[in-house]
Amino acid sequence: MWDDYLFPQSVDETLDMLDTRGGEARIIAGGTDLAIQSQRGRVQSRVMVDITHIPDLDRIDEKDGYIHVGARVTHAEVAASPLIRARAGVLAEACGSVGGPQIRNVGTLVGNVVNALPAADGAIALFALGAEAEVAERTGRRWMPMADLYGGVGRSTVDSSKAMITQLRFRALADGDGSAFERLAKRKALILPILNAGVVVRMDDSAVTSARIAIGPVATTPFVAFEAAEHLVGRAPDGAAAAQAAKLASEAAQPRYSLLRGSAEYRKAMVEVLVRRALMRALGLTSGEEGGDANS
Amino acid sequence: MPTLEMVLNGKEVSIEVEAGDLLAPVLRDRLGLIGTKISCGEGECGACTVLVDGLTVTSCIYPALKAQGRDVTTIEGLGTAGQLHPIQQAFVDVTAPQCGYCIPGMVMSAKALLEKTPHPSEEEIKEGISGNICRCTGYYQIVEAIKLAAQRMAEEGGAP
Repeated sequence: MWDDYLFPQSVDETLDMLDTRGGEARIIAGGTDLAIQSQRGRVQSRVMVDITHIPDLDRIDEKDGYIHVGARVTHAEVAASPLIRARAGVLAEACGSVGGPQIRNVGTLVGNVVNALPAADGAIALFALGAEAEVAERTGRRWMPMADLYGGVGRSTVDSSKAMITQLRFRALADGDGSAFERLAKRKALILPILNAGVVVRMDDSAVTSARIAIGPVATTPFVAFEAAEHLVGRAPDGAAAAQAAKLASEAAQPRYSLLRGSAEYRKAMVEVLVRRALMRALGLTSGEEGGDANS
Repeated sequence: MPTLEMVLNGKEVSIEVEAGDLLAPVLRDRLGLIGTKISCGEGECGACTVLVDGLTVTSCIYPALKAQGRDVTTIEGLGTAGQLHPIQQAFVDVTAPQCGYCIPGMVMSAKALLEKTPHPSEEEIKEGISGNICRCTGYYQIVEAIKLAAQRMAEEGGAP
């Protein structure tokens, strides 16, 4: 399957290893998708550069109001992190619903992003949080917004044979802000979502000051319903505002018919349900009982 | 060929592997530990579950070299035919296995769960084995077995 398997000890060494092998090598982190893709012959790279021994990439911390998540951090670590649970609940919920425990113990959140699938739970939450990724190349490092990382279904703009994402960052939720993740699937574990939605709502005493609604898989990349979120801004956080925003989100979403996921009509209608549930929870208007049972 | 050095079921092991080898076939075909099963081969069913540094992983998609320097536990590391681990004994006592193929993976997930949560609720047990699929049992006896194991291990006061 592979000719060589390397463990660099730093980001610079990683980039050197990629450069030396001129496109033959690529980054591997958890490898929960990559090992399968390689076995099926869908990955041409013959050399794996495993970043999971690099110190510092395992951190989850908060600095100047921003939460940083390193490239080694697994879904299980995100889901269990007290900081993420308190200040980015949507991400903890999303990461806790990826695959099963074994996949979450190995697969990384950054891998979820680089894999570039429009249904990826972790990525949907990151879009809702307005996250950015730090991309390291030979020429230096730069921060890129989530949307710029996607070039189509399964196509990341970050070329793993030349560059790597070293960490993610997003603004921590403040007291009074809210977020939630909802997922519709045929089972509660080990299954890809029919739909998922992540919402983040920031508030002052009486009104919503900003909102973001991300939905998957209803386009070739994670979909952000800007108009629906804009509807909430300046409004009191109540059920009517949530219901109207959910309706707008459903109108904007363009799910396709899918043999695996259901008809376009069904999924479009369910976008409204999921987004409304997520918003109601984010706004603190339900205990989560309605939304918490989205799978049944 | 790269050398994989790991602690396997409490013993240091050193073995030459191919760069692209996955852990489950190394355990089964090279080291003779056939208790670890391969079913789906894509990390979906959990039959190949082993512990790496105490965490469950699906060894059928886990690059063998990722185990470098780590502590790996397979079903053979839990108990022996003569002296079953309390989890294994509980599975036998409530007749949890039917065909049995998923059971080593189930037991390893149960082991990781009870290590972290010695007194799990039914919901926590279901969550703990949510990465393991069984096509025979409907899971009922498996959940009962894990409850029984937790109870017995608490009574014995021993480490899980």
